[in-house]
Amino acid sequence: MGHLLRYIFEPGLFGSGPVHVAFAVGTVIAITSAVVGVFTVTRGQSFAGHSLADIATTGGAGAFLIGLNQFWGYLAFGVGAAAFMEMIGVQRRRGRDVATGVVLGAALGLAALFLYLGTQESSTTGASFTILFGSMFAITPSTVPALIASALLALVTVAVLARVLLLSSLSPDIAAARGVPVRAVGAAYLMALAVSVALSAVIIGAVLSTALLIGPAATALRVAKGPVRAMAVAAGIGVAATWLGIVLAYDSFYWPPAGRGWPVSFFVVTLIVGGYLVTYLRRRDRREAAPEALDAEQVCSPV
Amino acid sequence: MFSGLMLNTWIAATVVAVIAGVTGFFAVLRGSTFAAHAIPNGAFAGAAGASLLGLNAFVGLAVFSVAGALGIAGLGRRARHDVATALTFVMMLGVGALFVSWSTEYAQEAYSLLFGEVFGVSQAEVLPIVVLGVVSIAAIIVMFRPLMLSSAMPEVAEARGVSSRRMELAFLLVMALATSMTVPVVGALLMFSLMIGPAAAARSLTARPMLAMTLSVAIALVTVWIGIALSYQSNWPLGFFVGIMGAAFFLFGQAYAAIRRRLATTTSPAATANPAA
Repeated sequence: MGHLLRYIFEPGLFGSGPVHVAFAVGTVIAITSAVVGVFTVTRGQSFAGHSLADIATTGGAGAFLIGLNQFWGYLAFGVGAAAFMEMIGVQRRRGRDVATGVVLGAALGLAALFLYLGTQESSTTGASFTILFGSMFAITPSTVPALIASALLALVTVAVLARVLLLSSLSPDIAAARGVPVRAVGAAYLMALAVSVALSAVIIGAVLSTALLIGPAATALRVAKGPVRAMAVAAGIGVAATWLGIVLAYDSFYWPPAGRGWPVSFFVVTLIVGGYLVTYLRRRDRREAAPEALDAEQVCSPV
Repeated sequence: MFSGLMLNTWIAATVVAVIAGVTGFFAVLRGSTFAAHAIPNGAFAGAAGASLLGLNAFVGLAVFSVAGALGIAGLGRRARHDVATALTFVMMLGVGALFVSWSTEYAQEAYSLLFGEVFGVSQAEVLPIVVLGVVSIAAIIVMFRPLMLSSAMPEVAEARGVSSRRMELAFLLVMALATSMTVPVVGALLMFSLMIGPAAAARSLTARPMLAMTLSVAIALVTVWIGIALSYQSNWPLGFFVGIMGAAFFLFGQAYAAIRRRLATTTSPAATANPAA
């Protein structure tokens, strides 16, 4: 048994500083993303969630160019893009994806420019790469407090709004009839999404940020009844996938073909998508069992 | 600006703009903008895999973009569409991250696949682009009526025996086909901007489908041509000009639509009661 454990957890895994940071940060991001993700999936804003990740990293590149702290670049672009999407109709069901797409298209154009100007000065073509994939083992400990603070901000916002947010996501008419300011609630939620996604995208990359936002939440909404349980299950799945992914990535330093370790993002994404596929296949008998959806009734009735 | 080598650029970009204008129109109409983002970007992982195996990048792009289309359409049968797209997309990119970590000198190529190398189009690359452009446009023309019907009125289409799932799959496959050839030339990011911006602008300018599609192609062409000229002069990347101009056209279209709505309500209240107006 001890031998087996040593085989799974390479010696030195728990003694390594970067691994500690990766575990801590990964856990915080996994929980925040899972909770925010339940609303993102319910509201059908996966595209917006992913786009905000891409856009925030663009802001980072821009801030780097003009010599500002990149943190403010991420935040400014993420929140700015969220506001812009809101303005041109991300809340309307029909225009939503188009509004997101237009903002994303413009932001990607800016990303191309920033990267071009950046490579003029320092010739780092690897930048486009880090933006997409990030790296969990390269987290600088100094960014951790800012990350945790913004994660808490997003969590608190969502927790405070949870009830009205769910109601206005599932049935805007009932919500409006009960006096909920549907649009303002939606806008506040979009800001929380922007803040949480921006920071996680910067630290773990846009790919992994999207995977952690959508995957666990979509899986949880398939298996769990009610919003609170869905959030708990999503957080559990997210944290489990992140931890297992980090352990596997650490183990993979001795795997073929390169002997340099496989990327964390590959493992985490595979675990998350695999988990989703399991629930997807399991539900084959109950074909139209309202996939990834909560009932308005569940939300309206006391939990 | 119009010398021999640049001629290839103009031809390739023009073909790409026409494809993007047409496929983008349907992508916007169907609400498949996320798929339009996911397929070109995810296909980029395929190019990484191809370079690892020593194959032509086109093979990898084709395999991955078709796999992406199948994944989105397959998962989308019993899941929310955006969730299916997101998960297919991150899976493709996750595999891409793995491929990239295995190869050593990929960063430069990755940059050009994301942002394109429109000024380095060779004579040999122009012909396949033109052929593939003609094939994609022909495919859209062949399925034009059922596709239009299932995009605009899915219920009516189903009632007439047009399977919306099959149309979805067919459309995504055309998009994959168009993507696999255009990505090495204009880049995944630019392909996306070029599909969405002009089509969204055209949709807000007119509600008539044929006119909107023509406008979408026209705006895409103007965007690319101006973009190439500006990019040639300033040396800034083409993707920047295309992305910004796409958004500008969209905002212009929105403003135009808003003004027209206001005029309609002040001059003739009856016009707004008619849903077709």
